Amino acid sequence: MLAFIARRLFQSVIVMLVVAFIAFLVFRYVGDPLANLLSQDANQADYDAARQRLGLDQPFYIQFFHFVGNALQGQFGTSYRLQQPVSQLILERLPATIELAVASSIIALIGGVGLGIYSALRPRAISTGFIMTASLIGVSLPTFLIGIGLIYIFAVELKWLPSFGRGEVVQIGWWRTGLLTSSGLRSLILPAITLSLFQLTLIMRLVRAEMLEVMRTDYIRFAKARGLSKRAINFGHALKNTMVPVITITGLQLGSVIAFAIITETVFQWPGVGSLFVNSVAAVDVPVMAAYLVFVALVFVVINLIVDILYFIVDPRLRDGAKSGR
Amino acid sequence: MHSSLTRIAAVLVASTMLAGVANAETIRWARSSDALTLDPHSQNQGNTHTLAHHIYETLLGRDNDGNLTPRLATEWALKEGDDTVWVFKLREGVKFHDGADFTAEDVVYSITRAKSEFSNMKQLHAEVESVTAVDDYTVEFQMAGPSLIYPNNLTNTFIMDKTWSEANDLDTVQDFASGATNYSVLNTNGTGPYTLVSREVDVKTVLTANPEWWGDAPAVTDIEYVVIADAQTRISALLSGEIDIVQDVPPQDIERLSSTEGFKVETGPENRVIYFGYKVSEEPLASSNVTDKNPLSDPKVREAFELALDRDAIKQVVMRGQSIPTGVANPPFVAGWTEELDAYPAPDVEKAKALLAEAGYPDGFSITLDTPNNRYVNDEAISTAYVGMLGQIGVDVTLASRPVAEHSPLILNGTTDFYLLGWGVPTFDSAYVFNDLYHTNDETHGTYNPSGYSNAEVDEMIISLGTESDEATRNETVAKIWEQVKADRVLLPVHIQVLAYAMRDGVTLPVQPENQPNMTTVTFE
Repeated sequence: MLAFIARRLFQSVIVMLVVAFIAFLVFRYVGDPLANLLSQDANQADYDAARQRLGLDQPFYIQFFHFVGNALQGQFGTSYRLQQPVSQLILERLPATIELAVASSIIALIGGVGLGIYSALRPRAISTGFIMTASLIGVSLPTFLIGIGLIYIFAVELKWLPSFGRGEVVQIGWWRTGLLTSSGLRSLILPAITLSLFQLTLIMRLVRAEMLEVMRTDYIRFAKARGLSKRAINFGHALKNTMVPVITITGLQLGSVIAFAIITETVFQWPGVGSLFVNSVAAVDVPVMAAYLVFVALVFVVINLIVDILYFIVDPRLRDGAKSGR
Repeated sequence: MHSSLTRIAAVLVASTMLAGVANAETIRWARSSDALTLDPHSQNQGNTHTLAHHIYETLLGRDNDGNLTPRLATEWALKEGDDTVWVFKLREGVKFHDGADFTAEDVVYSITRAKSEFSNMKQLHAEVESVTAVDDYTVEFQMAGPSLIYPNNLTNTFIMDKTWSEANDLDTVQDFASGATNYSVLNTNGTGPYTLVSREVDVKTVLTANPEWWGDAPAVTDIEYVVIADAQTRISALLSGEIDIVQDVPPQDIERLSSTEGFKVETGPENRVIYFGYKVSEEPLASSNVTDKNPLSDPKVREAFELALDRDAIKQVVMRGQSIPTGVANPPFVAGWTEELDAYPAPDVEKAKALLAEAGYPDGFSITLDTPNNRYVNDEAISTAYVGMLGQIGVDVTLASRPVAEHSPLILNGTTDFYLLGWGVPTFDSAYVFNDLYHTNDETHGTYNPSGYSNAEVDEMIISLGTESDEATRNETVAKIWEQVKADRVLLPVHIQVLAYAMRDGVTLPVQPENQPNMTTVTFE
């Protein structure tokens, strides 16, 4: 068990290093940070001085080693754009993104499972046909279009919900939450729905397919023969057996929701790490971009590590393989 | 009787109190990107200055027509008998937000800080040798030589309190390489009309009126400055009533907003010219099929390029009426601008073709046009339109469009043959344009002149502007330089950009030519 985790950890570190390396390689092509850093009337001498001071005149592999060395000590440098420590910027923005990601995952899970069960139990109903068609639209419409549409309907026309931002926030330790105020909760609704739609349809279709499959199995038939109530069969037997893949998918999706809430955050001006990243790209704020990509890699690596360990515990075959040193 | 009098008095008191409450006006103001920092000398950038002008103050201000106005300095003049010294009389009785008195020592400290190594304001004060406090309310600036236009450079250099700054270790401006954060990036102590209540970077900054301010109390008592990057969302927030004033309105929304009931749009020219530039030196172009020489080194070809450019069509079609076509790379606010310079020829495709044939290119030639796509209003669309116009005279243009962060290095490194760029003139003086756009590209001048244009006579005149002490002679030289560079067709100006602010009815924010509006200028109906 320990050897397995150690091996996995080692692989994770390599993944992170590779991500950081590729990121650094790409940054050479996003533009010159000095174009934003220096004023219009700076002259050539100023440019040369700044380039040297920031180490931008050095070959990129040396810049990369500096970055890794500092990152290992928890130092991600100072944002060129905002002049604040990068780790502080990301930590400040993280609660907004996590709250949005969790809220949208909950919506997706509840909505997806509910609609999935409904459409599996009534496969021929007209309402099911409607849900299935609507879910196709949900999967195929781009997020920003859904966001703009929701803003137009609920903010501009109906004036029910705010069109941007996070509303009033409350500070609890370093965590800035919008969940404790009514304006914060109202602000959360539209972006959470926008972000959840894709996942919701994914989960719904998964639950439906699994459920239809399970309903055909022998033990459901036996359960029916035993005269159990419909409710007990549907929820006690059938649903339970469909939940394993659903939970796995939702868990893995949480990673990508945290990492790629960028578009939703931009459309709703949600002050999370995604919008921080977008603003940083426009300004060629390399320290923030690098730290963000490493952070995203970390999220994925950690989630996958947890999933691997869970599988390891659940599946004895993996354990045996580990013992024999496979 | 007595009791009814008291009652009337009570009603009167209550009504004045009510009036007091009604006078508290909050403005919710949105724009596309935030101020970068609150450190007043760290960045020479519009958004950053705009916010800073509400909290800090400068020695001199500028009205919406571009004229200098007194601010923390009430009078300014060259010292009698010494035209290398500027003397500033300071406003008395001004207090910083923490209660400290504003005195000459603060000016000395602030200018010295603005001149320090990591300051982005230092270029504007390069000619200052030393600043001394003569008494509490008089400051003398010793210049390297006569510098007639120096007061123009003071309109964005903010004054900090010496005691407060020293107590918070602010002698140097933020150094990115050090990794430490400077206290002034998030904390302020100015003399300005508003004090900082709270700031969440990239999200919201809240300001409230400073009751101790020396000026007339502004109509706007509270400001909520929010950042909404997405243009659609920004306009939606205005339409839904969550925002009162929106800056950075896309041209395609101006008409719609003006015709929507309850909203209006204020427009006005910005102090910024949009132009095309090209290599004019002899070496062959990197992107052309003519490999033995540079077609654009021939003035006839450059004239053909100008005759192909239909500025009015760009105004009508690309800018939807929101631009002011011009024939000179100098906005009308700037000293040195004249109507004759501003005139531009009508497009003439036949004549342009004839000129090309005369120059030896009857079938035209090919070239690449580099354009930014996220810096100026419709920048990429302007370039696309011009590509079509040049196609009509047989010049085959490939468009290379990049974000500004990738576009700027092409200009700075001189690796472009043909490009679009915009230029703002914060000093409102032609010398600022000449120094960077027309002077030969070297260590200290011509930073944005990748054209290879190098005219020793012009260079000499440009340098002489910095130290000329006679105003009439200086104006004459400015006119001469403009005449020469226009005749040489060094740059091809397109138009002056127009600014648009959208707001709800009942609120008016006039357009500020540097796009640095101040909420003290807001009026309510």
